[in-house]
Amino acid sequence: MLNEANMGFIFLSAFIVNNILLIRFLGLCSFFGISTSIKSSVGMGMAVIFVTVMACSISWAVYNLLLVPFSLEYLRTVTFILTIASFVQFEEIIIRKKAPALYKAFGIYLPLITTNCAILASAFLGIDYKLNFLQNLVFAVGISTGFCFVIVLFASIRERLDTAPLPENFRGIPIAFITAGLMSLAFLGFKGLFKL
Amino acid sequence: MKRIVEPGNFSLGLWKENPVFYLMLGLCPLLAVSASLRDALGMGIGVIFVLLGANITVSIIRKIVPPHIRIPVFIVVIATFVTIIDYSLAAFTPQLHKNLGVYLPLMVVNCIILGRAEAFASKNNIVNSALDGLGMGIGFTLAILLIALIREFLGQGTLFGFSVLSENYLPFLIMIMPPGAFLVIGFLVAAKNSLGGKKKC
Repeated sequence: MLNEANMGFIFLSAFIVNNILLIRFLGLCSFFGISTSIKSSVGMGMAVIFVTVMACSISWAVYNLLLVPFSLEYLRTVTFILTIASFVQFEEIIIRKKAPALYKAFGIYLPLITTNCAILASAFLGIDYKLNFLQNLVFAVGISTGFCFVIVLFASIRERLDTAPLPENFRGIPIAFITAGLMSLAFLGFKGLFKL
Repeated sequence: MKRIVEPGNFSLGLWKENPVFYLMLGLCPLLAVSASLRDALGMGIGVIFVLLGANITVSIIRKIVPPHIRIPVFIVVIATFVTIIDYSLAAFTPQLHKNLGVYLPLMVVNCIILGRAEAFASKNNIVNSALDGLGMGIGFTLAILLIALIREFLGQGTLFGFSVLSENYLPFLIMIMPPGAFLVIGFLVAAKNSLGGKKKC
């Protein structure tokens, strides 16, 4: 199981072997929505890394220090979504006040992130795998860097697809799906890297 | 004068404004649990239940919720119904619950459900909201079943777990693996574009 593996394995498993976008199919709305240019993908990717790491740590703490002692595990879904939504809101306010440059860089992506299922899923998965706090942190870093890595790769392919000669009906979304399918096929090759 | 019950609200979600093919919403569960028809049907029923429940509840409370905090309120309503279906499935169909895994609680952030609560149920009466929820839910279920049908048939040569092709059929394994989901939906959207009703996404 993942909670017995060492940190490197946890990171690699989250980063590439079980890539959140291509293998687990999470966070796809923003994946297809944002990836039309490399610049916005980098912004989104960075914002996702930041929020995932923070949100996963907070929800881990909320679950293990608050819900488990009072045996309220069934409130997990409600608590997590509220924690993440209010955290993102809070963070947006702080960043806007304290770091306007940073806010300019990824401020517009922050509201989108609240409903990005990749974030909520990382929080759930960390709990499901029964990771401890440090493992959970590494797992969150792995998942979010995996997201950032793939969305930037995908955006660079899509920028070229815009000028490629394609059949009319495949333009836009359909070819994006097929491209993602081929990338997913490539990532499937990492499956044998190690067994977990 | 607005009619109290408009049956058109039901059929809209089935094809003309199908949440999946028309609006491109709710992709994550669509791709993730469409490897087999059984899981897809389970997911579809879950989405219908949550959509119906959330739409009705949101419609009931739409006049007492202050407009600026409506989104958090809607999310809590949705999360409540998701928790209900999550625990019911865990109790009655543990295997299905295991197969759906993390995608079940993730219905909370499914954009179809929040989208309908915000765009439709918060402005319409209970009956119409229920019809809209039912129509959109069935539209989603049909879409996920179509994808699962193609993937399971090609990938395993079975339908609902029953073998339908001869013993000699060599399964097209890639279809039940993650890349197959992307490929199938890519071709389906292209097919829908060629049938007309093309929409810039």
